Amino acid sequence: MKKLLGITGVLLAVFVLTAILEPNFLTAYNLQNTLRWTGLFGIISIGAAFVIITGGIDLSVGSVVGLVGVLLPMFLIGQQWSIAAALVAVLVVLLAIGLLHGILVTKLNLQPFVVTLCGLLFYRGVARWISGDQTQGFGAGFDSFRQLAIGRIPITESFGVPIPFALMVVVAVLAAVLLNYTVWGRYMMALGHSEEAARFSGINTRRMVILAYIIGAVTAGLGGVLFALDVNSVQPAVHGNFYELYAIAAAVLGGCSLRGGEGSILGVVIGAAVLRLLYNAINILGIPTQLEFAIIGAVILVGVIADEVVRRISNIRVRDS
Amino acid sequence: MRTSLAAPGVTLPGNDRMDSALIVARGITKQFPGVVALREVTLSLNRGEVLAVIGENGAGKSTLMNILAGVHAPDAGHIAIYGEEMAISSPRHAMDLGISLIHQELSLLPNLSVGANMFLGREPHVAGYIRGRQIAQDAEAILARIGLEVSPDTPVSRLSIGHRQLVEIARALSAEARILIMDEPTSSLSLAEAETLFEVITELRARGVSIVYVSHRLGEVQALADRVVVLRDGEAVGELVGNAIQRNAMVRLMVGRDVSYAYRESPATPGDAVLEAHDLCTPAWPEYPLTLTLREGEIVGLAGLVGSGRTELLRVLFGVDPATSGSITICGAPVSLLNPRDAIAAGIALVPEDRGHQGLILEMSVRHNLTLSTLWREGHSWGWLRREWEAQVAADQIQNLGIKASTDTRAVRVLSGGNQQKVVVGKWLQLRPRLLLLDEPTRGIDVGAKEEIYRVMETLAQEGMAILFASSELEEILGLADRVLVMHEGRLTGELSRDDLSEEAIMHLATGQGVGATNPQA
Repeated sequence: MKKLLGITGVLLAVFVLTAILEPNFLTAYNLQNTLRWTGLFGIISIGAAFVIITGGIDLSVGSVVGLVGVLLPMFLIGQQWSIAAALVAVLVVLLAIGLLHGILVTKLNLQPFVVTLCGLLFYRGVARWISGDQTQGFGAGFDSFRQLAIGRIPITESFGVPIPFALMVVVAVLAAVLLNYTVWGRYMMALGHSEEAARFSGINTRRMVILAYIIGAVTAGLGGVLFALDVNSVQPAVHGNFYELYAIAAAVLGGCSLRGGEGSILGVVIGAAVLRLLYNAINILGIPTQLEFAIIGAVILVGVIADEVVRRISNIRVRDS
Repeated sequence: MRTSLAAPGVTLPGNDRMDSALIVARGITKQFPGVVALREVTLSLNRGEVLAVIGENGAGKSTLMNILAGVHAPDAGHIAIYGEEMAISSPRHAMDLGISLIHQELSLLPNLSVGANMFLGREPHVAGYIRGRQIAQDAEAILARIGLEVSPDTPVSRLSIGHRQLVEIARALSAEARILIMDEPTSSLSLAEAETLFEVITELRARGVSIVYVSHRLGEVQALADRVVVLRDGEAVGELVGNAIQRNAMVRLMVGRDVSYAYRESPATPGDAVLEAHDLCTPAWPEYPLTLTLREGEIVGLAGLVGSGRTELLRVLFGVDPATSGSITICGAPVSLLNPRDAIAAGIALVPEDRGHQGLILEMSVRHNLTLSTLWREGHSWGWLRREWEAQVAADQIQNLGIKASTDTRAVRVLSGGNQQKVVVGKWLQLRPRLLLLDEPTRGIDVGAKEEIYRVMETLAQEGMAILFASSELEEILGLADRVLVMHEGRLTGELSRDDLSEEAIMHLATGQGVGATNPQA
């Protein structure tokens, strides 16, 4: 709970500060854009959080986004498949990827970092190869489909909630319910803290870890579909690059511990929002965009330090009371 | 005859003031979030004495030791060392002062060798290059003195827990410690290893080394200690010297009342067979088939030295390490135990050896730990957690077992060892197992909690559960078991009925002197 307060404070601070410094920040267009990107990154961050909560890590997110971004247009344009068929095919690929990661981690006992690092390299390579490194897109024909990524649900005349953000809310609610209200969520938390104790309690820990990697891959893929629909020109070599780091950063900012067993979905969503807000602030305030990574890195670091300081102070307070 | 224990060339300080205390701690107070761990405790340690510090779990023993060893700083109070008042700022500082703490939780690095562990942080080196030969030589000399026959090159991960404890002591000796603080040093040692340790302690004392000895085992304390300080609820409540060090007196001070060990009076007449294991082979000793039967309502002790295969047998019976061959039937039905889930489904529960890593999820709440193993069977509907059920189960078990926790939403980590162990037991009781396995169920927990665990085991047996418990404490095996199976190096070397039961009989079998005599099982 305290962690949530901290990150929410950062979110509000960046928001208010940017709004004061640059009134254009509060325009409907800009807010919609930020919300849309928050939705896109929030979705992949939620999946990354599941893997992190079970004590693993998924470095393949960005490459999965890239692979899906290549596959979807190829299925739709190249193969002339229907949208439903293309989505099912993509889903099958994602399930296979998640299952593969999970099996390699649990049955062969490989380290998650290594498995998904290889995934990062492998899926990127495959994406570039099957597309011949040619930019992929949907052309002009899939306008209504593309609304999933670029459309919005109108609230007032000028402002509407971007559909990716609404989708993220749906994913987040499902994820939070899974994590907090179901037996599987409890199992994931338990094994994230102590895999051995969870196994000794009769939990099928392997199955739960595999499930986490599947959730990670599927959300990365859902993000991939939306990112591809959004840009409409997917460059196989770079599309989705570094997105795994954004996802992990959002999860950590949102209170996930890389040691496992800790984290909340709301925190992760707010973490993703902070990252997008920072990105937006950098652009809109005219801060050199070369500084983007440096600023985001510094903010995460400050956040983690503040979190630690708050924890220590509250410990002292408990002692004094 | 042993050789001298002090390292050559070491001069012990304080020769000129034999009678002055090495450590005088006055008015030590320490608080942790939510608890006062120590309140105005005063303690002195003289040269060449064994000072036992005893008390129930949560009495503040470990905190006091951690303060003396520089792990924690006291909130109030003064410490004088060799007559000079000072603050012990860090474990390193304590070590430089000649104070070595041998941890309750073993603190060796398993991937490093015995020698490397002994000299960790103090490696002799030339310009950063570690002098391995010298480490090996020095380590070997010290290991020989404490009678531990392992090479300094052996990785610690290959040693038994008992041997690791001795390596810890060797490490302290190599640091030329003048004050040794031992926190529950024998809790994981076999009798033979403990005997070795006692000899070492006696010799060290003769050499003028002072030892602070923290233990739950009052028999050891009585045999070893020159002086006993009793802590209760963070306060020093009494001191016993010399002949006054008697079990009853100690227990009375520890719990604040008279306690008589209520041993199991009338063993139940065992009922039908619950577990029948035939020619079971553990992965650790695939060459020795084990055959045993457990019946309804009986409590069977599993005795043996550390490393005799007790834990391995229990792990096989709980499906942690599947048997390499052999058959198991539960209540007449053959079962295949490939993982703990299979065992739980067959009605088998295990209270494991390592409470912190296997028994509990320390960061999770008492409530969630108590329900974790039963969630799948009764704690959810279509995957949805039944929160009211969870609250009810936790409340029931907390009351049933007398678990002391301010609320059941606190992390298990903050509970005392005894209460943690009750949580482990509680999480299995909800499952109503037919066979309850316990591995060292009272290791490192206080007298009061031990008694409560015994009472629970007896009640469960009366209700018809079959219980198999492994223990290094002969006292509890003698007091609790209807019959005892003894293991030695992976074999079942004998079975003792209650009438044949004695420490000598168990040790005879546990040391392998009865090997090959009889097949223990009927």
